[in-house]
Amino acid sequence: MSTFSAPGTDAPSAQVPDYPMTRAARCPFDPPPALHTLQDQAPISRVRLWDGSTPWLVTRYDDVRALLADPRISSESNLPHYPHLSPAQKERRRQSRTFINMDDPEHARLRRMVTATFSIRQVEALRPAIQKIVDGLIDTMLAGPKPVDLVQAFALPVPSLVICELLGVPYADHDFFQANSKILIKRTSTVEQAWVATQKLLEYLDRQIGVKLAHPADDVLSTLAERVRAGELSRREAAGMGMLLLTAGHETTANMIALGTLALLQNPDQLDRLRESDDPKTVASAVEELLRYLSIVHSGRRRVALADIEVGGVTIRTGEGVVLANDVANRDPDAFPAPDQLDIDRNPRHHVAFGFGVHQCLGQPLARVELQVVYSTLYRRIPTLKLAMDLDEIPFKHDGNVYGVYELPVTW
Amino acid sequence: MKVIVDQNKCVASGQCVLSAPEVFDQRAEDGIVVLRAETPPEGLADDVRQAVALCPAQAIWVEEQEDEQ
Repeated sequence: MSTFSAPGTDAPSAQVPDYPMTRAARCPFDPPPALHTLQDQAPISRVRLWDGSTPWLVTRYDDVRALLADPRISSESNLPHYPHLSPAQKERRRQSRTFINMDDPEHARLRRMVTATFSIRQVEALRPAIQKIVDGLIDTMLAGPKPVDLVQAFALPVPSLVICELLGVPYADHDFFQANSKILIKRTSTVEQAWVATQKLLEYLDRQIGVKLAHPADDVLSTLAERVRAGELSRREAAGMGMLLLTAGHETTANMIALGTLALLQNPDQLDRLRESDDPKTVASAVEELLRYLSIVHSGRRRVALADIEVGGVTIRTGEGVVLANDVANRDPDAFPAPDQLDIDRNPRHHVAFGFGVHQCLGQPLARVELQVVYSTLYRRIPTLKLAMDLDEIPFKHDGNVYGVYELPVTW
Repeated sequence: MKVIVDQNKCVASGQCVLSAPEVFDQRAEDGIVVLRAETPPEGLADDVRQAVALCPAQAIWVEEQEDEQ
C-alpha cells in the first residue's frame, strides 16, 4: 500500500524522504506539500532525519492523537533510537534532561512540582497584569518611530515579561537568555554552540536558584529552590526545569503573536471579524484556530515505541523511533473540514498544537490568556496596522524547530 | 450522567475546567482535577463530553444513567 516502506522493511530504501520537509515558497502558513502527500497516500511511513536515522512519521490526526496518548509510546530521550530534533537539541537533552523527556512515574512526579502555577485559576488571576504589559508596550510603540519590528517591540517582550515575573527571573537579563535559547532551537546550530548555550543557561538558572534559596519569594524558582532544600531535586535538576520553563515560555508565544498577526493581516475578513467582536468567546475561538492553523511547533513530537504497535496497517516495532507530525495532523480534512482555511468561527479545540497525551503543553493555559489579551487588544488599539515589507521578503523561521518570523516590520 | 475522574492520571492541562467550569476544578497545590459535581445537570452534558474528549491524559469518564433516559 505504501510506496515509501512496508511493514517489516528494515533496510531504508533510496525512496525514504528527508524530514523535516520544505514549505512551498508562496504558502508560508501551510505545512510542506510533501507532508500532505504522505498524509494522503502513506500516512505512516519512514523518513530520514539529520543523523541518517529513519524513524516512522505519522501524519493523520486520528493516528497522531492515538499514539500520543498510547502508554506504549515513550518520550525517554536516552533510548537508543530516540529521533532527536537536531544536533543542538540532542546535546541539550544530553546535558539537561527534564520531565518532557521522561515517562511516568518520574515524569508525573516532576511535572507536578510546577503545575500549580499554570492552573486556570492562577493564570486567570494574571490577566489584568498581562493586559497592563500589553497596553504599556503598545503605548511605547505608538509613541515611537515607525515602521517598527513587531517581533522586538511587542511579540517577544510580552511573553518574556510574563514568564520572568512568574519564574522570578530579572527581565533585565532578557538579551542574554533570549540569545542563548535562540541557538538551541535553530536546526543549524552546532553541537559546540549548543553545549556552550546550555552551560550558560544552566549556570544562570543555578545562580537564580541560589538567590531564591537565600531570599525566597512568591515565584516558581523559589518553589523549585524549596524542593532542593527538601532534598527532592538536585540543584542541577532545578536549574534544568527553570531553563525549560524560561525558554519554552517565551519563544512559542512570541512566534504565535508575530506569525498570528501576519496571518490575520493576510486574512482581512477574519481580522475585521475579530476586531469588531466584543465576545470573549470569539477571541478565545480565534486563539484556538490560530494555534491549529499555524501549528508553530512544526517539527513533530518525538517518541520511541516500547512495544510492537499495529497502527494504520503498519507495525511499528519495539525500540523504533516515531515522529508525530502534529502540524499536518492539524490540517487533516477528516478532523477539520476545509482545513487550509483560517476560520475563527470554527470550533477547533481538539487540535494537537499543544500535543496530546500526558506530555501535552504544561503552559497552555498561560499561552491562551496571553494570546487572548494580545489578539483582543493590538488590532483594536492600532486598527490601521499593516505590513511595512512585502510578504515575499519576510524572513520565516524555516530553520527553526519552532516556526515563526525573525522580524515583522509594521506601520500604521 | 455520572462523572468519574482519575487524579493519578491527571496532568493538570486545565482542558476540563475550560470546557465545564461548573463540573471541574483544580487543586490549589498542584492543579490536579477536582470534581465539583459528580452528577451534573443534563444541560451541562455536552460540556462534560467535550472535557472527556479533550482531556489529554484520558483521566475523565462518564457513565450515562438510565434514570435520565
